Amino acid sequence: MAVTIAKEKWTSKVGEMELGTGAKAIKVGGETSLPFLHFEGEIPNRPVMALEVWDMEPTEWPDILKKPFDGVLADPVAWAKKNVEYGADLIAIRFMSAHPDFKDASPEECAATAKAVADAVDVPLVLIGCGIEEKDAAVMEKVGEALSGKQCLIGCATEKNYKTITAAAMVNGHSVIASSPLDINLAKQLNILMTEMNLPTNRIAIDPLVGALGYGIEYAYSIMERARMGALMGDKMLAMPVICFVGQEAWKAKEAKSPDEETPEWGALDKRAILWEVVTTTSFALAGGSIFILRHPETIKHVNAHFAKVMESNAY
Amino acid sequence: MGLTGLAIFKQLPKTNCKDCGQPTCLAFAMQLASGKAGLDQCPHVSDAAKEALDSASAPPIALVKVGKGEKEVALGSETVLFRHEKRFENPTGIAVSVKDTDGDIASKVAAINKLVFDRVGQIHSVNLVAVVNASGDGAKFAEAAKTVQDNTEFPLILVSEDPAAMGSALEVTGANNPLICGANASNLEAMVELAKKYDAPLVVKGNGLDELEALVEKSGYKKLFLDSGAREINKALADQTQIRRQALKKFRPFGYPTIAFADNADPVQAVVDASVYIAKYAGIVVVDSADPADLLPLVTLRLNVYTDPQKPIAVESKLYEIGTPGPDSPVFVTTNFSLTYFNVQGDVESGRINGYILPVDTDGISVMTGWAAGKFTPEKITEMLNTSGVAEKVTHRKVIIPGGVAVLSGKLNEISGWEVLVGPRESGGIPSFIKQRWGA
Repeated sequence: MAVTIAKEKWTSKVGEMELGTGAKAIKVGGETSLPFLHFEGEIPNRPVMALEVWDMEPTEWPDILKKPFDGVLADPVAWAKKNVEYGADLIAIRFMSAHPDFKDASPEECAATAKAVADAVDVPLVLIGCGIEEKDAAVMEKVGEALSGKQCLIGCATEKNYKTITAAAMVNGHSVIASSPLDINLAKQLNILMTEMNLPTNRIAIDPLVGALGYGIEYAYSIMERARMGALMGDKMLAMPVICFVGQEAWKAKEAKSPDEETPEWGALDKRAILWEVVTTTSFALAGGSIFILRHPETIKHVNAHFAKVMESNAY
Repeated sequence: MGLTGLAIFKQLPKTNCKDCGQPTCLAFAMQLASGKAGLDQCPHVSDAAKEALDSASAPPIALVKVGKGEKEVALGSETVLFRHEKRFENPTGIAVSVKDTDGDIASKVAAINKLVFDRVGQIHSVNLVAVVNASGDGAKFAEAAKTVQDNTEFPLILVSEDPAAMGSALEVTGANNPLICGANASNLEAMVELAKKYDAPLVVKGNGLDELEALVEKSGYKKLFLDSGAREINKALADQTQIRRQALKKFRPFGYPTIAFADNADPVQAVVDASVYIAKYAGIVVVDSADPADLLPLVTLRLNVYTDPQKPIAVESKLYEIGTPGPDSPVFVTTNFSLTYFNVQGDVESGRINGYILPVDTDGISVMTGWAAGKFTPEKITEMLNTSGVAEKVTHRKVIIPGGVAVLSGKLNEISGWEVLVGPRESGGIPSFIKQRWGA
């Protein structure tokens, strides 16, 4: 007796988001199956990866992370170009300088940087604030306006600042990152609030505030699995692509930082640090993540090889 | 499992004799259905009913053991497709391979023995050594198997498709319940015979799911591991998913744990492939690298994925020193929910702060939940300040509490006598908080 292939009969799909314009524009989402199970549905778009660009030199980054960007870390435009060379699908500009602890840069200064980067590269942009909610709202208002029509992904919108950021996205044709802390119901709630302002559902990316491998990866992993199933079963408020800020988390892990002489039992730092970002990324992709914000170019290379393989059909 | 109390009740004697300790047969049936009682507690059940109930209540995936003694591994017994549905039960066994053509087998085994990692006081390691008959020579294979066995306590996987070579290796290692890997369409009978002779577990490898099913049926053996033959990760992911789904639907030929081989020629892809197998259903995953840098992410991912989602993991409630703190260093109080603690620790570290962290024992729940549940209280924080030894380490009397529980500060100050600083709500704000508020 032959084995009858077990296929789930999903009734719905993940919304499809379009980012960027022109030849390098990309689409994410649109799946009608669980991740990489081509035998039961469509997976029209491969997950995508962004490399970060900071608008001020990241002095705290470990050497292994600074090395590939030698000479460009203080120049966002040159850094962004370098990221494109390294094969990033998108560039994620982080406006760290806006943070009151650093330069407390004005929204206008951030907008000027954004504009300069946008003029220099043709890949889609992700625009991320410094993490201070009120400041991010003010920054996104100006930055969103400066890049009007470029179909960027902007954020991070939280329950406190979503109104300003959503409005900035709607007026200027951008999509929004909706951040909520590791809780599927909070994620849904924020999506409802944003769509109530008439932002189309396919212009929201869910950010579940992921943790790295070894630092709570399992929480976001399970939220993503549940969200994907919810989306496929017809819950429109979970049917958004998921964005994962893997770089910032993976490079915080002790395993990605501890020097060889301190933890010889962990093997060589160069190798283990990259693997930390790689495995965190691929594990989230397996759970349903679509957009990855990363830091090291080697990670892009390895994860691309993996994505190429798992995007090949496994239909029976 | 899978049977309702009523369906079970129909098979019972219905005499309400109470010999099982339950007041009625129906009550006993309900206990059986929820897994709280075993059928052997009823002395009167008929053989026919027993057989019907046993096969229906047998777990969807058999538990199969490899090895003997302390390092024995037991795989299978899984009941769900997704960890959030309940939990994954038996963490993937990680096996590292050695070839019988390798120059210095003993030293590679010594390296494998050292793949032991300490994570907040818990020890995690690889679990098995796979000996591969790359030479094609039976005597060489047996000699390699013996060398491995003499140098490790980990159980063995014997990898050869040649029954004669397998027979030789089993002569020297068969007493220790190694995994025979294994049977395929051309050697099935001979391999099953060897497995039966040593009462050892056996891998059955099919060329695709259909052949795998046919070989399992033909083997008539019950201590099995399944291998669909897929080695490319896209296909292997589909097959692993199918086998788990079919097993949970009680398709009996697939009711066994699986084995996967992460033998990608690209060493990074081999690690990634292995990580996919750990997340998606492999009972055992075999890797070729014994480099700790390759194994640490895998052992860590396994720990994370197999964490019981219903039971928060806690770190030990004690004084933790971050960096090289001195008498003027800040003291942070948080809860012992591991994720909470790791966040605080990570952010204190990333701010390059030398400090002390005191995770109060809240049974592993988070700050806000702990506060709401009365487990994160001024009394408990005071007790920790007094007993953890921090009072002797620092000369100041200032304690930083999470912003979410600012409400505790008055009472805490009153009963502990320490000045209470209300920190940020999110641990990410710790570096800037310290910059602005500490030592200024």
